[in-house]
Amino acid sequence: MDQPVSPQGPPNMDIFLKGLWKENPTFVQLLGMCPVLAVTNSVINALAMGLATMFVLIMSNLLVSLLRKVIPKQVRIATYILIIATFVTVTDYAIQAISIEVHKSLGAFIALIVVNCIILGRAEAFASKNSPWKSILDALGMGLGFTFAVLCLGVVRELLGNGSLLGIPVFGESFEPWIIMILPGGAFFVLGGWLLLFNWLKIRKSAGVQHG
Amino acid sequence: MAAEPQKDLAGAAQPAAETGSGKMVMAMGAVGSIAAVLIVFTFQFTLPIIEANKAEYLDKSVYQVMSGATTKKAYAVDAAGQLQALADENDPAAQYYFCYNAEQKLVGIVVKASGQGFQDVIRLIYGYDPDQQKVVGMKVLQSTETPGLGDKIEKDPVFLANFQALDVTFTPGGTSLSHPLELVKSGEKNQPWQISAITGATVSSRAVHKILSESSKADLPLLVQFLSQQTGE
Repeated sequence: MDQPVSPQGPPNMDIFLKGLWKENPTFVQLLGMCPVLAVTNSVINALAMGLATMFVLIMSNLLVSLLRKVIPKQVRIATYILIIATFVTVTDYAIQAISIEVHKSLGAFIALIVVNCIILGRAEAFASKNSPWKSILDALGMGLGFTFAVLCLGVVRELLGNGSLLGIPVFGESFEPWIIMILPGGAFFVLGGWLLLFNWLKIRKSAGVQHG
Repeated sequence: MAAEPQKDLAGAAQPAAETGSGKMVMAMGAVGSIAAVLIVFTFQFTLPIIEANKAEYLDKSVYQVMSGATTKKAYAVDAAGQLQALADENDPAAQYYFCYNAEQKLVGIVVKASGQGFQDVIRLIYGYDPDQQKVVGMKVLQSTETPGLGDKIEKDPVFLANFQALDVTFTPGGTSLSHPLELVKSGEKNQPWQISAITGATVSSRAVHKILSESSKADLPLLVQFLSQQTGE
């Protein structure tokens, strides 16, 4: 199974694609569960959170990669946190400048991007060992993978918990919303459901490979 | 076997020599400076935009709460407890907005109020119609209530309907409400001074009720007094 690794490492396309599916930060690595469970109660919140996280991920990966040879390894974690916190603050101001309404609906969760372990994880596991270009690709892939995952949860939770999509009612007046779905408990149920589906697909695929 | 994982790390491996603490401090300091410059730059750049956004949002909200109004005038309470008109209608110190229609007639007063919510302070504005002695609208400007539950105080149409004609009639003396505002369970509102709470957002509903009760006791008598002085002159 093991492929010989070329001296340049895996090709760029693979770096980008692995975050989307094979190493999806949420569904495969199960990292950064806090925002996944907390802000996915509506599609718009999930989307804004996904994009904000992706921006921070790209910028921090880029800076960590550029500085990877100057940062002594004893203080690297502190430095990464500093870099990440900087970009989160920048994002916070940027969102306020773009739209007060979106900023209002995300509330405290923007500041909490700092402690999202996907970002620290990518800085430590990838950006500190790879060139800036590859780090950006990695961040883009992981960011899109994360956004995809939070949207998966957001769509189901808003649909069942509020009977709407992007705030537009879809089920009509007679639909009784499942309140549990927009509560924290519903987030666990939906996440469990998606994990079940993705793992089942994976098992089926590997079984198919064996038979074929 | 042992050489394999080494190869991957080769790029990041540090020289065997000990890193002096001087170098660590230098690296942290350098990254800190980059961070500081970035934040200051972003702050300076976005500050005027954010301020303008906030002022515009408040302005828009005032006219939403007080339908029919076309112009407004800002007022604040001075140190002596007297209402004073402010020169700039977008002055952040404003506490009341007197709203006028196209014929320059007073249609109502928008009052700023705030109080403790579930997690943090809730800031809201509400419209007061002195002729009918009613609250005619309410809008939450800032809150960090639980998304999906407490934040319904901002957009739930049934809850907001509570504030379209909420009775705040004063007793003849003019100091206390003839019917204190009451919070009742969802769907049990049958009196004009009752507010029906949101199921699953009891704490936030209670917070809004408390803010309005306190503000109506503190602010409205002042406004009524001010208006009667004006008409008396």
